[in-house]
Amino acid sequence: MDNLADTWVYLSVSPLLHLTITLVAFQGANWLFERAGRTPLLNPVMVAVLIVVGILLATGTDYATYFEGAQFVHFLLGPATVALAIPLYRQWHLVRRSALAIVVSLTTGSLTAMVSAVAIVWVLGGAPDLMVSIAPKSTTAPVAMGISEALGGLPSLTAVLVIVTGILGAMLGPILLNAMGITDWRARGFAIGTASHGIGTARALSVNETAGAFSGLAMGLNAFATALMLPVLWAGLSWAFVP
Amino acid sequence: MLAYLTLILLCQLIGEFTAGALNLPVPGPVIGMGLLFVILMIRGKVPDGLETTANGLLRALSLLFVPAGTGVILHLELLGAALVPLSAALIVSTLATIAVTAWLMMRLSREGDDG
Repeated sequence: MDNLADTWVYLSVSPLLHLTITLVAFQGANWLFERAGRTPLLNPVMVAVLIVVGILLATGTDYATYFEGAQFVHFLLGPATVALAIPLYRQWHLVRRSALAIVVSLTTGSLTAMVSAVAIVWVLGGAPDLMVSIAPKSTTAPVAMGISEALGGLPSLTAVLVIVTGILGAMLGPILLNAMGITDWRARGFAIGTASHGIGTARALSVNETAGAFSGLAMGLNAFATALMLPVLWAGLSWAFVP
Repeated sequence: MLAYLTLILLCQLIGEFTAGALNLPVPGPVIGMGLLFVILMIRGKVPDGLETTANGLLRALSLLFVPAGTGVILHLELLGAALVPLSAALIVSTLATIAVTAWLMMRLSREGDDG
């Protein structure tokens, strides 16, 4: 019995436990996703996150302890982002032909993402620090957190809002695009990538390579667009919305 | 395989250095993606091993967001307190962004194809 308890103590402080929990939760979420006919509503990132959060709350484990194990998975986000160069290269002939459409759609989409989020929080009576924390929600987390911090937001809240935005886009985006009758993979991928960065791109890539390439491109470009536009835009928005 | 994983990590590392040294507002991996893209354009093809390595990483892309996503646990209280404005803003703004971007992209791409 002592041995078993010792083993548990050892395991619960070693990274293996939380790394394994992350992988098992994701496998379970993916199984459910496949069983349900790959409906975007059962997005595997969302289901896996709910499972892990449930386990951490039930066992009273704090996030820092969990992350010691999960960081090995998290680390691979960087190399995976670099690897998005490959679908982009493969689809380059399509990208080049859409250059004008890309610039106009990205700029307008990026502005829509920032202005609408701030305006809705303002209408519903949210505090200014919520407005600035939510403004960069559609861009990839490291960029969003940096901007949020520079403009006086809460970077860790921004990270959460970025993730939720990604999940919402991956879940609801395909349904909206179907309802709008948009079947062009370039437009579908580009829109999902602009609104919901890497999580949207993961979904797009799992459905169609053209969509994945355009989504990855949109994610990269929106990182630039948000970083360049938001500081200027926030000066105007805060003048309009912050009392 | 290992050689190409090294190449990917090198691109990321150079990206991180560039972002840091030039104080760029864009994360290192995004610059690394641009760098690898330029390398592929120069080489004119994707080597098989790179394809295999990259596919391995990209197939797992969804999984890689789970640790960061679990970070919601840090802000459950704040999210609960501002649930209405935050969820309304996230849902409406995300859908509006997708609708506007996809619509423009479809209209402008089609015109480009016709011309």
